[in-house]
Amino acid sequence: MAYEAGVDRDKAERFRLAALPYLDDVYTLARYLLRNNADAEDAAQECYLRAFRHFETFRGGPIKPWLLAILRNVCRAEYARRGTLAGTLSDNLDETECATAKLWSEAPSPETETLQRLDGETVQRLIAQLPQAFREVIVLREINELSYREIADVTGVPVGTVMSRLARGRALLRAAWLAKEKG
Amino acid sequence: MTCDEAEVMLHALIDDELDAGHVRDVEAHAATCQRCAAQLAAYRDLQQAMQRNNLRYRAPASLRRSIDRVVPSAATTSRRTLLKGFAIGSLASAVAASGLTLLVVRDDLDKRILGEAVSAHLRSLQADHLTDVLSSDQHTVKPWFNGRIDLAPPVIDLTAQGFTLIGGRLDFIDGKPVAAIVYRRRVHVINLFVAQGVDTPVASPRLESVQGFNVRRWTDQGLNFLAISDLNRDELEEFATKFERVARPATG
Repeated sequence: MAYEAGVDRDKAERFRLAALPYLDDVYTLARYLLRNNADAEDAAQECYLRAFRHFETFRGGPIKPWLLAILRNVCRAEYARRGTLAGTLSDNLDETECATAKLWSEAPSPETETLQRLDGETVQRLIAQLPQAFREVIVLREINELSYREIADVTGVPVGTVMSRLARGRALLRAAWLAKEKG
Repeated sequence: MTCDEAEVMLHALIDDELDAGHVRDVEAHAATCQRCAAQLAAYRDLQQAMQRNNLRYRAPASLRRSIDRVVPSAATTSRRTLLKGFAIGSLASAVAASGLTLLVVRDDLDKRILGEAVSAHLRSLQADHLTDVLSSDQHTVKPWFNGRIDLAPPVIDLTAQGFTLIGGRLDFIDGKPVAAIVYRRRVHVINLFVAQGVDTPVASPRLESVQGFNVRRWTDQGLNFLAISDLNRDELEEFATKFERVARPATG
């Protein structure tokens, strides 16, 4: 029994060393996906709980994408719960794609004018307002700093889809940024 | 390369995801196509504009604590054991000191707070955990606590008195958020924890030692103060006295 406890403690320590440095990354993605502090905190906690429980299945390599993939699953469960509660799944990915295809065609083509400085919170809000499918690739790329391959693994879509979502997401974000500047 | 292809590929270009051959292709296309060149410039500009801001969120201390409970660190576990040992030890010496006429046993809450203060102090000494706001300027550290905690801790620069202000941090003791103000004397770190003290005032200032650390506690204007350090008793007392002396006119 003492031996077992020793092993568990060793596992806990290895997990802490490997995973805790990415807590801000996990919380940041959760905060953008769920758009409020309390749910983000719950989701990040659940993510670490699951990650610890399944730490044996982690096959090495960068741990950040692995954690973010778990977090994303936790968030999708939360979406499903919200959908059931509200009776509708407002942030459903497919609907989002359709709605945004329309937005996209209306989005102004990027001009060369330089973006004016906005404060961090305003930019955070602009990102949070993007449709979910585009929001997550923007956050994974620009804030979590994942590669396209890693984003594809986390979101479970081909790299080509990551690229096209990123292109649309940036078009929408830039349009929203310019709109914000103009008041 | 067509414009449709370039429109997507230019993102891979600014994200450093293209090999040299494709970089040349996209750049060659942009050199001959004004519209795609404009897009490339526009998205580079967007990326730079985003990088000018800190768009990350910081995991709250309560989240870190929840995870600590689920995945305890080996250090925390052994500290608990140590603390248990201390409780028994202090009881034994109290019995010895009092000659059995008066047995002073700290209540559970008191013991818990001391134990957690030691844990928080030890935690803070681990790499990268000492301060959330790193500054020797009291006018930077004090406003940092605004909105993070429902009290305004007095942050006092005691450099002239021989205690250097290092910064501040949000911590938790007994499940409640506390402000931690961090000082240094030579190589010794002092954590000064400040919490709401209306319900549990410290009757009179006292200096104790717990697990080899010295702890000085006092209450002032509804706030409970707990200074903990491996600094010797005399110097910690000196710290507390100087802090109180400067704090009084400043806050009162």
